[in-house]
Amino acid sequence: MKGDFISNLPKIYGMYTGGFVVFILFMAILEYMGVSAETIGILFVAFTVFIYAGIGWLSRTMQVDAYYVAGRQVPAVFNGMATAADWMSGASFVAMAGGIYFGGHGYLAFVVGWTGGYVLVASLMAPYLRKFGCYTVPDFFGTRYGGNLPRFCAVVVLVVASFTYVTAQINATGTIASRALQIPFEVGVWFGLLGILLCSMLGGMRAVTWTQVAQYIVLIIAYLIPVIWMSNKQGFGVIPQFSYGEAVARLTELEVMHQLGVVKAASVAGLKALSVPHAAAGDPWKFVTLVACMMLGTASLPHILMRYFTTPSVKAARQSVAWSLLFIFMLYFTAPALATFTKLQVLDPNLATGIIGKAFADVQALDWVQKWSSVGFLKIIDSNSDGLLQINEFFMRGDIVVLATPEIAGLPYVISGLVAAGGMAAAMSTADGLLLAIANALSHDLYYKMIDPNADTKHRLIVARVLLVVLGAAAAFIASLKLTSILGAVAWAFDFAMSGLFFPLVLGIWWKRCNRQGAVAGMIVGFCVGTWYLYQVRWGGMTPWMGIDHLRFGIIGASASLVTTIVVTLVTPEPDAETQKMVDEMRIPMGKPIIDQEH
Amino acid sequence: MAEVSQETLEAHWSKTKNLTIIVLAIWFVFSYLIHWFAGSLNAMSFMGFPLGYYMAAQGSLFIFVVLIFWLARQQEKIDEEFGVAEEE
Repeated sequence: MKGDFISNLPKIYGMYTGGFVVFILFMAILEYMGVSAETIGILFVAFTVFIYAGIGWLSRTMQVDAYYVAGRQVPAVFNGMATAADWMSGASFVAMAGGIYFGGHGYLAFVVGWTGGYVLVASLMAPYLRKFGCYTVPDFFGTRYGGNLPRFCAVVVLVVASFTYVTAQINATGTIASRALQIPFEVGVWFGLLGILLCSMLGGMRAVTWTQVAQYIVLIIAYLIPVIWMSNKQGFGVIPQFSYGEAVARLTELEVMHQLGVVKAASVAGLKALSVPHAAAGDPWKFVTLVACMMLGTASLPHILMRYFTTPSVKAARQSVAWSLLFIFMLYFTAPALATFTKLQVLDPNLATGIIGKAFADVQALDWVQKWSSVGFLKIIDSNSDGLLQINEFFMRGDIVVLATPEIAGLPYVISGLVAAGGMAAAMSTADGLLLAIANALSHDLYYKMIDPNADTKHRLIVARVLLVVLGAAAAFIASLKLTSILGAVAWAFDFAMSGLFFPLVLGIWWKRCNRQGAVAGMIVGFCVGTWYLYQVRWGGMTPWMGIDHLRFGIIGASASLVTTIVVTLVTPEPDAETQKMVDEMRIPMGKPIIDQEH
Repeated sequence: MAEVSQETLEAHWSKTKNLTIIVLAIWFVFSYLIHWFAGSLNAMSFMGFPLGYYMAAQGSLFIFVVLIFWLARQQEKIDEEFGVAEEE
């Protein structure tokens, strides 16, 4: 039956996709028959979460191999989809287009960084880690460098980076659930957590893999349909990604016409008015430093690296990175198009939807303006009392760009419901991957490898599950306190990961001479220096060095880590012959994994 | 590990290293170099886009995707050439 399941995957997910499309059409019919928008929103989110939970239940397992690495039998293409869902978080789905809307060209550094990082994953990391045969990323440190100290350091960095990230994701599930289901944010957070745990608790990596594939399908459909629809309406054709160049050019004209940035906008807490030109290039230094942080962070985030432990072979791991990026690319090259079209909708006075330059009272009467103002996501203020809405008088939150675009463009409500389901899928899939990465590191590396190496299978898997629930609850609790904005925390996770893990990981594969002392010193120094710098710049009032602000602190941490690893390695003895042979073996696909099935 | 001689290992690794250097060089150009000059590139237009904007919104991304597929193919060839590929 197992072999059957793998070879039937295209059929199974094909049917699933067809079923989802039928569900969308069914919702459209309900809307046509007069069912309320709220009910459709609830049905969309509840139905999809129910399906994921069902997949999680069907994938339950009591086998170590299935729990930690999905039995190492996930085909390259499907692992690509799962990685794409694992990767694209609530931030990518909900906040990215909004970021481009406000930040223009400068914000595209995230788009470049979050895709280019996969070149590093494919060339420097994934195939070698797959050959290594680890269950977790700290497993690599423990075996390559030998001893518990490297393993422990890696666990600490992993937990800090992933936990920073996961609170942001649970925050996003809470925001979306509370909007779609009409419940308070604090309740939404716990509802989101429940869905997340249902997907991962019983089946570990196996369950997360198959739900993530399902979540990718939902999120990509939900992202593409509104953009294609809108582009068609505005006459840019069905493949908007290739034809929005004119829209970019038109925006540049409109920005001049509306006198963008000429009069400074008032300040409204939590909301922003447009002030940055859409296509003008900003400070190149800021751009490339942000790109560097996001790329090195991508290649060190354990929840991504561990996805490549699940493929059947080294070759498949390598191909799988390529598929992952292709699936991610589908969304990332659409986000700038979405931001451009939405901006055009709002700014262009020739379009029926344009509001800038229109009479203030008319804009105030619009449905979507009222709806989003009432929840505090949007605000219009006639600061110069001329009865018209100027560009500096229209304030909103970045998240709206994706969530409210269907309404701004006057699409039917069924599309808004679909978008909410997509956002939920994106945030849930990433939260699942992250929670599993943390719980696995703690249960496998800390509990089994360090505390109780004689624990039997049943015990280990129970510990893993208990940890998952406890960590999830802790993350949901912190998320419900609303401490950071979604994006700030996401960027920090990348910086933490690259500060502590990137160079010890790469050098462990590419530099045979690298030894335990070097790696441990590199992890500790990199992580501590990075954290110290973050603290100083963010809260300590220090002037950033060379414009490296708190979003980019990984550059400082990773540089410190690189220098320390090399220097300490060179002043201490080289690793023994056995370790060097291990590195040789890791570098060729043939032969057994380095860590064999004795786990 | 099956009988792979030290010379084979070294030759295989040196080819792998060369491939990786080429990949990283291309990666560097499209990650950093080209965006450093985005301001001047914007004077040129590509498919109606300002070129600097286009490269950040699509161009670099597209090249990354193709680059990784190409890397996977080339590395497979190297592995087969030295007889160190996995048995199917």
